[in-house]
Amino acid sequence: MARPRLAVYKFSSCDGCQLSLLDCEDELLALAGAVEIAYFLEASRQALPGPYDVVLVEGSVTTEEEVERLKEVRRQAKLLVAIGACATAGGIQALRNWADADAFRRAVYPTPGYIRTLDRVRPLGDVVLVDAELRGCPISKRQLLDFLAAVLIGRTPRMPAHSVCTECKRRGAVCVMVASGVPCLGPVTQAGCGAICPAYARGCYGCFGPMERPNTGALGDRFVALGQSRDEVARAFRGINAYALPFAAAGDRFARSDIEEG
Amino acid sequence: MNPTPPLGTHAAIPKPALDQVLGALRDAGYTLVGPKVADGAIVYGEITGIADLPVGWTAEQEAGRYRLRPGVPGRLFGFAVGPHAPKRYLYPSTATLFRTRRTAEGFEVLPGEEAAPRYALVGVRACDLAAIAIQDRVFLDGPAPDPHYRARREAAFLLAVNCLEPGGTCFCASTRTGPRCTTGFDLALTELDEVLLVEVGSEAGAAMLAAADWRPASAFELTRARRALAEAEGRMGRTMDVRDLPDLLYERLDHPRWEAVAARCLSCANCTMVCPTCFCADVVDTSDLTGGEAARVRVWDSCFNHEFSYVFGGHLRPNIRARYRQWLTHKLATWIDQYGVLGCVGCGRCITWCPAAIDLTEELAAIRGGEPT
Ligand code: SF4
Ligand code: SF4
Ligand code: SF4
Repeated sequence: MARPRLAVYKFSSCDGCQLSLLDCEDELLALAGAVEIAYFLEASRQALPGPYDVVLVEGSVTTEEEVERLKEVRRQAKLLVAIGACATAGGIQALRNWADADAFRRAVYPTPGYIRTLDRVRPLGDVVLVDAELRGCPISKRQLLDFLAAVLIGRTPRMPAHSVCTECKRRGAVCVMVASGVPCLGPVTQAGCGAICPAYARGCYGCFGPMERPNTGALGDRFVALGQSRDEVARAFRGINAYALPFAAAGDRFARSDIEEG
Repeated sequence: MNPTPPLGTHAAIPKPALDQVLGALRDAGYTLVGPKVADGAIVYGEITGIADLPVGWTAEQEAGRYRLRPGVPGRLFGFAVGPHAPKRYLYPSTATLFRTRRTAEGFEVLPGEEAAPRYALVGVRACDLAAIAIQDRVFLDGPAPDPHYRARREAAFLLAVNCLEPGGTCFCASTRTGPRCTTGFDLALTELDEVLLVEVGSEAGAAMLAAADWRPASAFELTRARRALAEAEGRMGRTMDVRDLPDLLYERLDHPRWEAVAARCLSCANCTMVCPTCFCADVVDTSDLTGGEAARVRVWDSCFNHEFSYVFGGHLRPNIRARYRQWLTHKLATWIDQYGVLGCVGCGRCITWCPAAIDLTEELAAIRGGEPT
């Protein structure tokens, strides 16, 4: 049987998720043996044309050109996998969806007329059908390898939709929210990172995005009870996954500081 | 060499002599696991002796709040349970059940764990002994005992401690599971000001106590211990009225309180992870990139997790109301039908470690308060 063909594409992003793939030093040889890496510009100049069996796509969609290019990538992909917060939710750059992008353009570029962007930063799923998502900023190398191994052997990949707290407790970390009063997004954030931040005494930043049915309102209320202002709560939700629907809604709700909710 | 005390002996040892007992356990091949201060809490971890214990420390516990505080100087066990339970060691959060490797002929099956670790669990409280007894029923009774649990459980030594300083969220007096250790231990300590009283609960315990300079406890010491335990029983941070369970909850499955608690509950699963009796797990398969090796792994799961109640065609418990109700009615009602005892031993962990400060004693009281609906 021919080895499955793998491609890695990038849109508006920092390359960090692709680096996670290169970072799989120990497994890279096995990977290269198991799949044909047909297109991965960050790793090799060789760029073979599609179609591809698995395409990992990093980055958000921010220009008309990217919209067209992504549609073409979709046509070449049997399995299109969005990797990282930019691809799954728009990423940190989606914060401009709450701001005046024209004003940024005028302030930053000497000739703003050359810059053409979409009115909003979009996750891949707004433009094309996405078959699977690997969350995170960056993605977890362990989860990526498990996903690829699962696809290769034909089993279900392990991509839990539950909270970071579950992983936090499994590893035996002490809850920073309970033991130190540090606000933590773990209770509404999807697992996959292994609860790295709480294990280092930091609150979770939510970089894996919303878990299934997150009760963001109740968590925000709890942050307020711990002494955070509503504005601080809004900013906690408006981070790397600000544009993911449940976080966007929570950010909006707590940002409206004029409205005091009961 | 000291004489070996008979079963049921109430002995007394000077506090530093606890190190002799711990040393004997180590010499017998046990890995010592006990309470220690780490990351702002009293957790379980490997210890080598008294010096590693949280000497002079205690903790304030409230719903959703835990703070380490200096306690009585020199007190070895002046605190209640922390976030970790013996469950971590007898029923680990991640366990490889078996591995497979591809061979020329097909594949071979390899054990997940070569040999079960032998843990001496130090400082186990009465509530946790009751929880271990419950997990024994879950995993060992019935037609298919769990070999992984059995191996660790049979290899374990339980050095228990009677609770003289219950925590702010404790209610073992209500569930009748503490604060005194009555059964299921190898040795049980009671810490008085000057000495440790030691009750011998098994032959293995007797053998270990023989390593220390023990003497029979005096009538005066035993009276002091009894009085201190009676006082502790009156100082529980919480109470729970367990009358009329399980029927009380069966009659109130549509109580409006379920909706109210669901509005606050994050469905984060912390309560089930810290609960010493909760036993649910997921079983997942892993494989490597070459397809040469695979493993079947068991990880703690929770009725608060989405995938947990997903069956073909949909979700049995799609919302938080259904999940919280499932959890509480299992702990306090259906557990009784299933195992003959309450699924709650009153340890208070789920109250303290709930990031949303939800308190099951309060929820039950509210549900009890309303009319049956
Ligand atoms: S530290 Fe954060 S992720 Fe860990 S249990 Fe607490 S709230 Fe959840
Ligand atoms: S009761 Fe508390 S700990 Fe349990 S799932 Fe709800 S919020 Fe999390
Ligand atoms: S339900 Fe809560 S109080 Fe009861 S045993 Fe479990 S963690 Fe402890």
